[in-house]
Amino acid sequence: MKLIIQAPGALTTVQDLGRWGYQAIGMPVSGAMDAPALIRGNILLGNPDGAAALEMTLMGATVQFKDGEGAITITGGNLQPKINNNPVNNWTVLPVKNGDILTFGGFCGKGFRTYLCVSGGIDVPLVMGSRSTYMKAKIGGLEGRKLAKGDELVTGQQGFYKTGINCPENLLPDYSFSPLRTVLGPQDDYIKPEGIKTFFDTEYKISSSSDRMGCRMEGGEIIEHIKGADIVSDAIPMGAVQIPGQGLPIVMMADRQTTGGYVKIGVVHALDVARLSQLPPGTSVKFSQITQEQGIEISKIEAVKLNELRSHVSEAINSVSSEHGAMNIIVNGEKFFVTWERL
Amino acid sequence: MAEKIEVNAKILPAGETCIFVDFGEKIDMKINGYVQALKHILTEKPFDGLKELVPTYRSLSIYFDPLTVDLKALKQRLENELATISSSVEDVGSTEVHVPVFFGGEYGPDLSDVAEHTKLSEDEVIKRYCESKLYCFMNGFTPGFPYLGGMDSSLETPRLKSPRELIPANSVAIGGAQAGAYSIASPGGWRIIGRVPYELYDPDREPAVAIQAGMWVCFYPVNMERYKEIEAQAKTGEYKIEYRQKGI
Repeated sequence: MKLIIQAPGALTTVQDLGRWGYQAIGMPVSGAMDAPALIRGNILLGNPDGAAALEMTLMGATVQFKDGEGAITITGGNLQPKINNNPVNNWTVLPVKNGDILTFGGFCGKGFRTYLCVSGGIDVPLVMGSRSTYMKAKIGGLEGRKLAKGDELVTGQQGFYKTGINCPENLLPDYSFSPLRTVLGPQDDYIKPEGIKTFFDTEYKISSSSDRMGCRMEGGEIIEHIKGADIVSDAIPMGAVQIPGQGLPIVMMADRQTTGGYVKIGVVHALDVARLSQLPPGTSVKFSQITQEQGIEISKIEAVKLNELRSHVSEAINSVSSEHGAMNIIVNGEKFFVTWERL
Repeated sequence: MAEKIEVNAKILPAGETCIFVDFGEKIDMKINGYVQALKHILTEKPFDGLKELVPTYRSLSIYFDPLTVDLKALKQRLENELATISSSVEDVGSTEVHVPVFFGGEYGPDLSDVAEHTKLSEDEVIKRYCESKLYCFMNGFTPGFPYLGGMDSSLETPRLKSPRELIPANSVAIGGAQAGAYSIASPGGWRIIGRVPYELYDPDREPAVAIQAGMWVCFYPVNMERYKEIEAQAKTGEYKIEYRQKGI
């Protein structure tokens, strides 16, 4: 199946779960800002978790499907998707056929970024093990850039899917406005104790100068350093909260540089970085403190949810009906997909 | 009883997916030697869930999968390693990379300014630059940009007051007391004194990055004829980057 970009929207790029393993040479990880949304979209379609999808920001693209049929899921923020002008739901496996056109109504206060996952994933060349677009170095995705009108993308090998199934409410990502859970360190001891208190007590506003690299916070008191904001450069994990000289936090996002020279007061949990990435500029956010061990427990709870979604999907695919159905069977260790219909 | 920790290293949390082992707030060969040594140990004998190691000037960042890692065991392992880690920096960073450079002219527009600022002849600047014992502390900024310490201090030249909008890829530069090379075309304020005839960063090549953290770097001058020759060989994949084991 092919995807033709008829209008690219504000910022549409190919993203997967990022380019891991090359930070030591200065290559940023990139990848989907809301990874939990991308993973759910792929699980629903029977894709590998990290199959590449289109990340669309604020407006959404206009996409025509050509040369074959398949299925899509739209996950993450709700940018009011429509297929052939009929509204469709997020988190649902939707059939698409030759000529169908996907459009978006745009931002409606329910998330800032949406993911278009397709059966088989978006097939662009792997660069250092990833299909993610990193625009600054012009690599990954389609020619290392955001998509433009007239671009054509092809999909990869499709897995088993069943149209109509969706992600149960209790297995959706948490998009609440609760505080961003943050582990203190590695340089919280460079900040005055009052500064740590200010950090957790302040209700910040997301600045409009935020992007895929970092999410800047505005408002609130200045967080004071003990001996200045500059450090001898070290690494920047996803979600690291830098406190530069002006004393206001910057949460480092998917396209963050690998290393940097500002004090890092703490690191926001990956799930909450994803949640933050769905909030538009001007939204109020707070930070709350967790331990590293608690952070790991939170990741494990997410893994359980994803496994439940996998079971839900494979049960739906394998459910047997005497009228018609489809299932995976294994014969002599080989996997087959069988469909039937009453004659 | 565990041996006394001879390095003053701190094991620091960095979210649920990372630990920093911090050897000290300094740009220093010995500190970076510990970073490289610990990286080497964990590369040789990884732990379950290890995702990626990122060495910087002063710390090693250890990224892991939170679902697989045994955090307590990892911290204990790190403490044990730190108790016995070798302080012999000489063993680490044993690879030298010899890098050809065409200095001056169109490829090194700031060479004359550097000569003027340092009150040296252009030839002397080139000589001292090439004879400096340059060590790559880390890669960062852009993919493959090497941060090089150890430049002859007589060559120190402040950055441009107003950075250039676009510096061509593979430009060799001086930024204050540091040496470096622009691995991809990017804006920047360092003084450009020459250019390397091949890509310092090429995602389709193995290794993608020519000058890597923990390597010693020896720049040497080539004339335009040799520059063009290497450039042509690099394009066909014929050219091999000159790596040597130090002291062998």
